[in-house]
Amino acid sequence: MAAILAENLSKFYPVAVKEPGLQGTIQHFFHRTYRNIKAVQSISFQIEPGEVVGFLGANGAGKTTTLKMLTGLIHPSEGSVNVAGHVPFQRKSAFLKKITLVMGQKQQLIWDLPAMDSLRINAAVYGIRDREFALQVNELSEMLTLEGKLTQPVRKLSLGERMKAELLAALVHQPQVLFLDEPTLGLDVNAQVSVRDFLREYNQRYQATVLLTSHYMADITALCQRVIVIHQGQLIYDGSLEGLVDRFAPCRQVEVELAHSYAPEQLSLYGDIETIEGRVATFLVPQETLTRTVAKLLSDLEVIDLAVTEPPIEEVIGRVLRSGAVL
Amino acid sequence: MSRYQSSLQKIPRIVGTLLSVYYAYMLEYRAELLLWVLSGSLPIILMGIWTQAAQTGDFALSSTEFARYFLAVFLVRQFTVVWVIWEFEREIVEGKLSFRLLQPLNPIWHHFASHFAERFARLPFAFILIALFFWLYPQAFWVPNLKTFLLAMVVIGLAFALRFLMQYTLSMAAFWTERASALEQFSFLFYLFLSGIIAPLEVFPPVVREVALWTPFPYLIHFPASLLVGLPVDIGRGLLVMLGWSIAFFLLYRWLWKRGLRQYSGMGA
Repeated sequence: MAAILAENLSKFYPVAVKEPGLQGTIQHFFHRTYRNIKAVQSISFQIEPGEVVGFLGANGAGKTTTLKMLTGLIHPSEGSVNVAGHVPFQRKSAFLKKITLVMGQKQQLIWDLPAMDSLRINAAVYGIRDREFALQVNELSEMLTLEGKLTQPVRKLSLGERMKAELLAALVHQPQVLFLDEPTLGLDVNAQVSVRDFLREYNQRYQATVLLTSHYMADITALCQRVIVIHQGQLIYDGSLEGLVDRFAPCRQVEVELAHSYAPEQLSLYGDIETIEGRVATFLVPQETLTRTVAKLLSDLEVIDLAVTEPPIEEVIGRVLRSGAVL
Repeated sequence: MSRYQSSLQKIPRIVGTLLSVYYAYMLEYRAELLLWVLSGSLPIILMGIWTQAAQTGDFALSSTEFARYFLAVFLVRQFTVVWVIWEFEREIVEGKLSFRLLQPLNPIWHHFASHFAERFARLPFAFILIALFFWLYPQAFWVPNLKTFLLAMVVIGLAFALRFLMQYTLSMAAFWTERASALEQFSFLFYLFLSGIIAPLEVFPPVVREVALWTPFPYLIHFPASLLVGLPVDIGRGLLVMLGWSIAFFLLYRWLWKRGLRQYSGMGA
């Protein structure tokens, strides 16, 4: 059985529209007009147990709305959804025990008390036995290098420590399906690496299913073999990360170090110029013309060095999100 | 053995844990607690006015009875004050309700536990103020008999629960409007005048008093305070009216809660 199954999932909601200025304010007070927002439009996908899937999209694409429907926080307008064998918006206790949602920069821990107090509440609410609770906290705090931090008030922890403590609180009941909405948002590089390593280990140890959104491509490339891309509420890609690159960016970067400088007009004959820095030029060359272009460069120009690489994945995905190419 | 406790084992643990954690939370800000206790001093101010006015002999209560009544009102208010509507409204607007909804426990219990725990945190400050009052006004000193005291404590507990339920029901409006607390501001007018905070119901015109006694408001303050000071009250009617209104508000809250969840957009989160 699939861990997550979404079929023709849609969410629409009305938003009041107000014109600026005093006239707009008065009109808005007496007669409100609404615009229907199609936040998510008929998306379908299936995620198997144990998969780690990246969920990508520009701001406002519908990622968080989709996550909220999958966790039962909001009701879908159309379509069906099943997570861990349950209909999320029915919010049955058995379902809630199997899932967790972590949102970067949002906290559930009680600010003025040590994290352990919030963890005790979670343990009581989820009905975790004391011994199991102690074992789980020890294990997770070791994985997250949080030993000794759980007895300090949450407000006294650094941002990275707080995020890790939030992760611990979200996972103390050992959920099988993790929804992570930008979990590394605002963290420094070391903390980001730490969180990624932890999530990888958690997935491997507990075979948990993970659906992760992030604007840091390093999160996606480090954790996900598969990505789902949403654009303006519609699903535009569902497949492997490599497949995304191949489908939407069948280009290679060709970096050439030349014996002397050439005019940009002259260099543009060989491909799209990305950068020219002194005698080093970088081109984007379509895959199908790569061999011919490289041969032409070597024969026409005085080349000292040449390297062919794939463009950074961030660039590829950025291009996909900007263009919104539809399947 | 299963990793999880049974429902029967879970409930006392949830209750104990919520109360102990929220008690610790309330004790973090002792100065704020004292200020909140002092902010409920309106009955003490009104006591001064009514005890002075009662010296004319024109009212149903004597000066001493007015003094005891308003002291009891002060005490009952300390145990029945509720602020859940502002908390719930903020949770909706800031998206923090989402975290509560993701757990297998109705969020109402977090709020109820934090309110209940806060009563105990207030106690020392309330007792200090009461002792100060008796030191300044020794002729009003009295000690209710044990039976009366225990009954009054039960009624105060019921009054707190009813007040909490009333305000929590109003807070459900936050699913549809970001200013649910405005409803509470409006209902506070009725609460202020009909609960017996401004004046004991004994000084109301009989028709007004009779109508008021069918609303929930007198049972939030006047009923328990009168019990405590030994004023005549219809205990049976009082308990029945409290029970009736509690059931009515509970049913309304459950209906609004279910409809509100369908409406919930998770904004801010």
